[in-house]
Amino acid sequence: MKKDFDKDALSDMYKDKFLAPENEIRFVNAPDGSIIEVNPLDDYFCQERPKELKPRKGVVEKFLNWARAESLWVLGFGTGCGSIEIPPLSTPRFDMYRFGVQMRATPRQSNVFIISGYLSVKTLKRAIRSYEQMPSPKYIIALGSCTINGGMYWDSYNTINRLDHYLPVDVYIAGCMPRPEALLAGFGKLKELIKEGKAEKANEYIQNLDWYKANQKKIIKDWNMPDYNW
Amino acid sequence: MKQLVEIIQNHFPINDIDLRKKSLAFISIHQNQAIPLLEWLKTTHGYKAFVLLTAVDWIEENRFQLTYLISNPDNFTELGVRVFIDREKAEMVSAHHLWKSIWVYQRELKEMFGINFPNSPRVNESFILEGWDTIPPYRRDFDTKQYSEETYFPRPGRSTNDPAKHMKSKLYPKD
Repeated sequence: MKKDFDKDALSDMYKDKFLAPENEIRFVNAPDGSIIEVNPLDDYFCQERPKELKPRKGVVEKFLNWARAESLWVLGFGTGCGSIEIPPLSTPRFDMYRFGVQMRATPRQSNVFIISGYLSVKTLKRAIRSYEQMPSPKYIIALGSCTINGGMYWDSYNTINRLDHYLPVDVYIAGCMPRPEALLAGFGKLKELIKEGKAEKANEYIQNLDWYKANQKKIIKDWNMPDYNW
Repeated sequence: MKQLVEIIQNHFPINDIDLRKKSLAFISIHQNQAIPLLEWLKTTHGYKAFVLLTAVDWIEENRFQLTYLISNPDNFTELGVRVFIDREKAEMVSAHHLWKSIWVYQRELKEMFGINFPNSPRVNESFILEGWDTIPPYRRDFDTKQYSEETYFPRPGRSTNDPAKHMKSKLYPKD
């Protein structure tokens, strides 16, 4: 508890109001006695723009798409009330594993991101960061009416209305809330799209990156992370 | 509760008494007397459990109402202490020295209502609304619908139907 109270004095030390303390420039003593400047935003994060993952030609792409569709690794990130619909999928009754769908703990290991319901601005910031850390090819499933037009939170001061202005959405699952059966149908639809080569929203995100970033920065007012999180 | 309120009346000037039931009562007291009263109740009358601290925006009367709900775990009674503070100069003495958990409530009230609690731990850090730059959203002069429409790209074509009218037109289109 005492540690928390000490942080109060820390808040005065913030020079840039929104720069997180771990991202501030600091000086470190090297073993040989020299002093090294560490700028986390430059040193730990990539400053280059992301590159598209261009589809290959002919049979190769078809084979890759088949393989991708049969092995969907979902990021375990529940954002709204819809996250309660995901745990039943791993129970024997619904059993998502028979479709090649499984849950992963970190964004670096997964390629499907289920936005499960309403997104507050605070969560959106984390969702963007998680999405950008996922390796391509990656897909987003938007669950529930909140992600489509705001749902019952359409006039809330703190939840977004349209997810597709901030992150590219491959499959929408309508409902409030959709049942796990609907989620399985959504996975089926996503598989169809991948096999047809139509699930290219991650590339569209990169093509229209400036538009997406402008929308994101319009509502995330304390943008204290790097522009690119990959 | 009646006995307790009478004892309090002997020691503190109470403005308003609201006896709800055997185990629940609300009293209101002046801003300056509230923290001493809470401390006194905690030390001498066993109201050692803090339940919640909440605020109401009475915009017509130009004041905020703070309610400290405290509980006595020995005889299972709860007492709400109401404090009215000015809306223009929304500031209240922090009570985090009495209950450690109260600073979270104070931080939330600072963010949601703009009520300041000087010297409360981490009270100036953002809680839920990171980087909020307009008036606090729980104040009643904040128009949440307008803010949402200006900020969050509303999807056009949204409409609502009165269920009764909709079903009538669907089931009995000739009427």
